[in-house]
Amino acid sequence: MPGKTRQHISQNEPLLFEISSPGKRGYQLPDLDVPQVDPAEALGAANARQEIEHFPEVSELEIIRHFTRLSTWNYAIDLGMFPLGSCTMKYNPRVNEQVARTEGLLWAHPYQPASVSQGAMEIMSQLESALAEITGMDAVTLEPAAGAHGELTGVLLIRALLEHRGKARKKIIIPDSAHGTNPATAAMVGYSVTNLKSNAEGTIDLAELARLVDDETAALMVTNPNTVGIFEKDIVKATEIMHSKGALVYMDGANMNALVGLARPGDFGIDVMHLNLHKTFSTPHGGGGPGSGAVAVKKHLEPFLPVPRLKRVKDMFEFDYDRPLSIGKVRAFYGNYGVLIRALAYIMAHGGPGLRVATLDALLNANYIRKGLENHYDMPFTSPSMHECVFSHDRQEAKGVRTGDIAKRLIDYGFHPYTVSFPMIVHGAIMIEPTETEGKQELDLFIQAMIDIANEIDTSPKLVLDAPHCTRTPRVDEVGAARKPVLRWKP
Amino acid sequence: MYPDNLRYTKEHEWVRVESGTGTIGITDHAQHELGDIVYVDLPKIGATIDQGKTIGSVESVKAVSDIYSPVSGEVVEINEMLTQSPEKLNEDPHGAAWLVKVRLTSPEEIKSLMSAADYQTYIGA
Repeated sequence: MPGKTRQHISQNEPLLFEISSPGKRGYQLPDLDVPQVDPAEALGAANARQEIEHFPEVSELEIIRHFTRLSTWNYAIDLGMFPLGSCTMKYNPRVNEQVARTEGLLWAHPYQPASVSQGAMEIMSQLESALAEITGMDAVTLEPAAGAHGELTGVLLIRALLEHRGKARKKIIIPDSAHGTNPATAAMVGYSVTNLKSNAEGTIDLAELARLVDDETAALMVTNPNTVGIFEKDIVKATEIMHSKGALVYMDGANMNALVGLARPGDFGIDVMHLNLHKTFSTPHGGGGPGSGAVAVKKHLEPFLPVPRLKRVKDMFEFDYDRPLSIGKVRAFYGNYGVLIRALAYIMAHGGPGLRVATLDALLNANYIRKGLENHYDMPFTSPSMHECVFSHDRQEAKGVRTGDIAKRLIDYGFHPYTVSFPMIVHGAIMIEPTETEGKQELDLFIQAMIDIANEIDTSPKLVLDAPHCTRTPRVDEVGAARKPVLRWKP
Repeated sequence: MYPDNLRYTKEHEWVRVESGTGTIGITDHAQHELGDIVYVDLPKIGATIDQGKTIGSVESVKAVSDIYSPVSGEVVEINEMLTQSPEKLNEDPHGAAWLVKVRLTSPEEIKSLMSAADYQTYIGA
């Protein structure tokens, strides 16, 4: 096995239901010192049950061991590189966790009156300002719960503005290099989707865009850099084409990790965008969530932002619900608050110059991987890479090995797989985003692993086709799981 | 590989026309690119469909892809077998795993579709 991994003992662990033993307890309650109440009498017989069927009964140590053993089966950013492209799986610095657990914040409750929530509200205000500065936009809402929710909020804002101007219009143009959630968002807001094909460089085809825009076009939804990791160099011209027809431009900020401190969407003509705080601003991500899909807008969209808006009156923060043009609430309370604290901690720990360095490191890492692998894997779009690079499996497919097989083999080398088969405009996509998190040592191990796998495909393709070999379970039957899913555990 | 009695679209569907009824399916190239197919979503019998518009979707372990109708018409039959056995689409896409049958409303649309030879050139086969 390669240098990064070796086998070690991993314990099997049944389900809690299977180790349950009647009467076992993981807690001890003090003696009852108040009069006993009959639940059936207090709640009504229909609401009181005698027992919770199949509720597992285990000791404290059994449950500690249960979850600790399960945790050792996992792969996480704290164990190694997570090269999932388009996902920005960066490290969540421990200081974020420490700050989010500050006692006054940990126990704050959204029903507390504003007069005793001023500190919590100031954090939101500072984060709104920081995100507006980073994006070059005029106003920010922190309410949306994650990326696709931010998209939905953003397109609802576009619709509200156009309705206010007199006509909602009918369609939204989306490049085929955009994020997969974009067309779903447009459809949810009631727009039809027009697909814009990329040109040979993998970017927006301006002539085709100009041909598609008409008086019924509400917006262009663009991801920049796009999902091939290429900066849309004609973005200013594209926004001018849209604006000249009275249409708006939405930017999916999923790839904002390539731009923070270098370029501001507000400066290149974007009207509204979302940020994935759980990607770009390092809060936990993927199983460790929740996310946050803050939305930033230019002035003309500000009246439509969700309520409540944070407002400063003299020295006090207030929540302003008197916003007649607002699209209303998009989420209970004020967003995923714990995520907001972590994002602000990340921004403040870096400062402006630090954020810029982080971005440059992310670009450097992606291009270091590109250079290291370009002689071993095909790259269909050769425009300069930003924060991620996308190869294709074309050369390996000649030996019968596809991108999914290479990803499985990568697990044996101690890495999480890269993003497989996306974006769709690249045949057999191998999409890699290292982020600034990784140092040269881990990047070199990753590059060597990918080169070793390319060599294995040349000499013994079956080794890769049957991978993974070193995991707890061999290759799982994904097809069987999808065709005949078993969704319930039965005793 | 690609039968001469079928006509083909750029979106990788095929249609076979016999006495005013068109049988629609996806091509072998399409099923190969999608990989193992796990679910097929088809229109209802009686639905009106338009050339070039979405009539359903095919889901594989890799992706969900829309099915675009090669012709306009009314759906008269759907292939129920695919509900239970979506894998047939991987095995026999040009035959037993057809998707829907349609009573054509604009038979001349067929002329806008590709021949087997043109389709093979298109996909570089």
